[in-house]
Amino acid sequence: MSGNVPDADWIRFTLDGRAVSFHAAPAQSLADMLRAGVADRGDPSPQLQVKLGCNAGDCGACTVLLDGEAVCACLVPAAQAAGCTIETNIGSAPDLLGRRLASAFTSLGAAQCGACTPGMLNAARALLLRTPRPTRTAIEDAIGGVLCRCTGYTKIVEAIAACAQDGARDQPIVDAGVGRNARTQLDWLAAMDSKRFGADCIPPHAYPIRVIRSPHARARFRFGDLDAFRDRYDLLAVFTAKDVPGANSFGIFPTTKDQPVFAVSETRFRGEAVAAVVGRRGPPTSFDDTDFPIVWSPLDPVTGIDAALATGAHIVHATHPDNVLTRGNLKTGDVARGHAAAAATAEGTFETSFVEHAYIETEAGHARRDGDRMMVSACTQAPYMDREDVARVLGIAEHAVRIVPTACGGGFGGKLDVSVQPILAVAAWRLPGKTVALDYSRTESMVSTTKRHPARISAKASADTEGRLTAYEMSGDFNTGAYASWGPTVANRVPIHAHGPYRVPNVHNRTRAIFTNETPAGAFRGFGVPQAAIANEALMDDLAEKLGLDRWQIRRVNALGASDTTASGQVLHASAGLPQCLDALKPAWDKAVADASAHNGANTRHRRGAGIACMWYGCGNTALPNPSEMRITLDRDGRITIWSGAVDIGQGISTILVQIVRETLRIEGAEIAVCGAVGDTDLTLDAGKTSASRQTFVSGNAAKRAALDLRAKLERFANVPPGAPMRLTKTMREAHDPDGNLCFVHYELRSVLDIGGSGERAVPLRDIIPAGSDGLEGQGRYDPPTTSLDADGQGIPYATYGFAAQIAEVLVDTALGTTKVLHIHAAHDVGRAINPLQVEGQIHGGIAQGLGLALMEEFIPGRTENLHDYLIPTAGDIPPITTYIIEDPDPEGPFGAKGVGEPALIATAPAILGAIRHATGVTVRRVPVLPHRLWAALNVGA
Amino acid sequence: MAAYHRPTSLSEALRIARRDDIVVVAGGTDVYPARTSRAAWGQPNDGELLDISRITELRGIADRGDYWWIGALTTWSEIVRADLPAVFDGLKAAAREIGGIQIQNRGTIAGNICTASPAGDSIPCLLALDAEVECVEGTPYRVALAQFITGYRRIVLDGGIVTGIRIPKRPGRGHFLKLGARRYLVISIAMVAGTFDIDDVTGTIRSARIAVGACSAVAQRLPKLEARLAGTRLGDVQPIADELAHLAPIDDVRADASYRRAAALQLVADLLADVGARRGA
Repeated sequence: MSGNVPDADWIRFTLDGRAVSFHAAPAQSLADMLRAGVADRGDPSPQLQVKLGCNAGDCGACTVLLDGEAVCACLVPAAQAAGCTIETNIGSAPDLLGRRLASAFTSLGAAQCGACTPGMLNAARALLLRTPRPTRTAIEDAIGGVLCRCTGYTKIVEAIAACAQDGARDQPIVDAGVGRNARTQLDWLAAMDSKRFGADCIPPHAYPIRVIRSPHARARFRFGDLDAFRDRYDLLAVFTAKDVPGANSFGIFPTTKDQPVFAVSETRFRGEAVAAVVGRRGPPTSFDDTDFPIVWSPLDPVTGIDAALATGAHIVHATHPDNVLTRGNLKTGDVARGHAAAAATAEGTFETSFVEHAYIETEAGHARRDGDRMMVSACTQAPYMDREDVARVLGIAEHAVRIVPTACGGGFGGKLDVSVQPILAVAAWRLPGKTVALDYSRTESMVSTTKRHPARISAKASADTEGRLTAYEMSGDFNTGAYASWGPTVANRVPIHAHGPYRVPNVHNRTRAIFTNETPAGAFRGFGVPQAAIANEALMDDLAEKLGLDRWQIRRVNALGASDTTASGQVLHASAGLPQCLDALKPAWDKAVADASAHNGANTRHRRGAGIACMWYGCGNTALPNPSEMRITLDRDGRITIWSGAVDIGQGISTILVQIVRETLRIEGAEIAVCGAVGDTDLTLDAGKTSASRQTFVSGNAAKRAALDLRAKLERFANVPPGAPMRLTKTMREAHDPDGNLCFVHYELRSVLDIGGSGERAVPLRDIIPAGSDGLEGQGRYDPPTTSLDADGQGIPYATYGFAAQIAEVLVDTALGTTKVLHIHAAHDVGRAINPLQVEGQIHGGIAQGLGLALMEEFIPGRTENLHDYLIPTAGDIPPITTYIIEDPDPEGPFGAKGVGEPALIATAPAILGAIRHATGVTVRRVPVLPHRLWAALNVGA
Repeated sequence: MAAYHRPTSLSEALRIARRDDIVVVAGGTDVYPARTSRAAWGQPNDGELLDISRITELRGIADRGDYWWIGALTTWSEIVRADLPAVFDGLKAAAREIGGIQIQNRGTIAGNICTASPAGDSIPCLLALDAEVECVEGTPYRVALAQFITGYRRIVLDGGIVTGIRIPKRPGRGHFLKLGARRYLVISIAMVAGTFDIDDVTGTIRSARIAVGACSAVAQRLPKLEARLAGTRLGDVQPIADELAHLAPIDDVRADASYRRAAALQLVADLLADVGARRGA
């Protein structure tokens, strides 16, 4: 970003086959130098394909080849590139091997968000150059140093293996209809890494912002002379709370906008922003935070749920004197009677930790004010919510704000809240006409953005002699940290789901979201349901044991199915496919249990185990309006464009929308693409946020309606009956101006709408589409039919639910407490798989995150604030995964489809915990099950 | 950005190394993450860097008669690929477990011992090889690795340069086991390394050198166990807790102390079993 680098040298080397010279500081990293651009060619930053994920060698996103060897470009001093050959081999001009790899990544679904993809491709390329026919282990070794948070690695390993085996040809882009493994241009771009994320979109001469953050969990503070500081370090500006022109607060719900852009006099968590410094020439790095004129007075923080609820505890927010943000409740029947009537009762208390999203792209963006209009461009899952909060902190109307989402390198819920946006907006507002930029470091991202709520859940379940559940009750406390964020959603969603996808006549589930002086907890894939499932499924195993029932059997006996009524009183009229999921898994279950017994007979130290867990998950907002609107145009060049506001965070909604529109329009030969400005609030309609597994279901329906609208218009203009076959053809014609002279082009592309096949009747598009317009337009809106819930949580909270069952097979070393997951079998009812490849991709990625939740992930403020102390699974940690896609179509869903993003994750951790218990006899009640915790549990009393 | 020195001769490097607050960089796999870590909490200013990567006399692996010489700049990948006797097998195994391939391609052997992290995977291996460190600090000198590392991230060297590692030629085979919470890219909870010279015919242990890492500020040899093993047949002697009593493990985010102590004992037992298994193979 910096124009003038002090102490810069000319560094000459070969980059992707070209001799280049970079003017760079020798001590800066190779990654920073490459990202800054090729100075002697005046080429605008052609090397942005080198992504930065951690700047510490922990994630491998910046992997390039240095003299043929894979290296992390963030660890190589720029000076050491001199005289070397550097290959990024991505973007516009890869070699044959690079193209083959990208092609295999596209066609096999090995790239989701695309942020790790360049590192993966380069790591794979380094392997294949040295070892053209690698083993699976060699592939895992080669990519073990590159973290991916989306795919679960399985498809990446498969793509590399496929590339090695058949020398794969360039795969054409396939735009197919519903039910096929369509790959769109967007998928190709992701695999080629032509995606531009938040940091990639920052203009070269933007003014970089550095945020001053609280190193204390709670502290009072006082500023010194900020103007003098600004002048001393030649800074453009220093901003604090007093510079926020509108409300110094943002948040998810109108009643919970409690988080300040900059803290006022007291901070509530370690990492909270107190000021922003804008550099005049390059990044403001000439001072240490200790030089900044601020005096801190640390105060005792409230850490953990118990401390927050203790008598006399510090009140985190004066508005909530008991530190309870909100409560959730679901009640049906009479649990006391249900327990009393039972043959067996099980109960227990379970604890989970803060979990970090660890998307490979950290938050970044830029902003600019022109006149009274504010433009903020950043990675996001929720452009319209960003617009609302930017307008709020600036005190301007929403229509005066334009949000331009960049490509989003993973989200998982963490980019539903604003992060860089309000800070960028305040700085840009105060510096009209100047573009300001903010690019979070990995640690900054980890300490300042939301986490999965740590939960403490006490639950009690009862069943009759047949295993039929008679009662379930739970009370769950969720540590929502210093600010509300999505705490209310967790508190409301969990009670509806906490007793699992089972028929239970008597249920009482209660939740609280509790304020502490810890990192704000917000949305993370499942909104609290994964935590609740850990408690729920452990009790199912307890009941099975007490009743002498098989663990599969007790779940099958209770599984919700079509025409059952949920505990919130909702009748599941259709698409409740848990029984089918369990039936599909039965052979694998019997084999897993038998294999474990056979193994354990001969082994006392290394024990095998099998576990099973079920889940359900309501798609979309909980009992709240949840609309999506879509617009589709057909222009005079025959292009059909989906003006989508549904942000694609790697899960593939853009491809899904193309498939749905293709299937709905049924126009042969149509070129259908999603617009290049997905989520741009000036160009697209509000499709809601990418969360709650809602986009396929809700925006898919909106797109389908928009396509129907467009088709109806075409039928009307062409005067053909509804459903008539149509195709689009291109005819080349020479063009002449009115005087009969040949124009500036040799031919004209004339698109013809050809009705009834074989040229029966042609309607030139120019005859039905006015010049200068976007084209003929179809619009669609969909809002899932839900109702609000009464005080006991009764009503219709969701229009549809995803269901799944998963089996985990594990091997536990009882002497060391280590757990290796050997196999996961996953059966998911997705209604209809619009794109089976992408459904599998979601399942794989969810399982990887579930495995991390179960075995290794624990965010501790002040201690695990980077990706070497905070561990997420690597390529070597993911077992073989067998997926069973169950299609029990939902009449409400587009072509029967419903969401799978969150359902993928929820059953994994409880299945793994059940398997550990089967292997060892120990029920683990706290995750992650780090080796020392399992070892301690195995040695209780020893 | 502060000054960056990239000399081509050792004598020039030594002149620069004498300055205060200079940081020596080779592969950058420790220096750059440390910079990132400081910048993350508001310390973006870096000291001067002395890049020794162009000093060719610090490169290479050589047979020097009664010892093997490993140049300071030797990377883990170079060690993995080098044609070395079986006593280096443990060091090679550790080299494959350090970071990911990107780190193995860049990280150097001298960097690992100069960083002197308790979790440095090469250190127990080099202790079990009786490694000596060649330093130049004014004048050249040699020091046993066990004396070179004086404490948590502390070394005797101050203002000099490590030029290489000397490994005395010994018969036998090296072994290494690492324990971490995931498969790749993981900081060790504990690791053990050993070299064993065993009579092929009788199975008698002529000598054993065993070291444990990540369980004390500096990796430690196990002299009591080594002494007890000598002269016994493989499998006759199992390690006991007393032989690891001098370790001083701590609680951290990766594990607690009591677990580390127990795991270290188990890993030593597993290492001995591994020796037997490989011998039989």
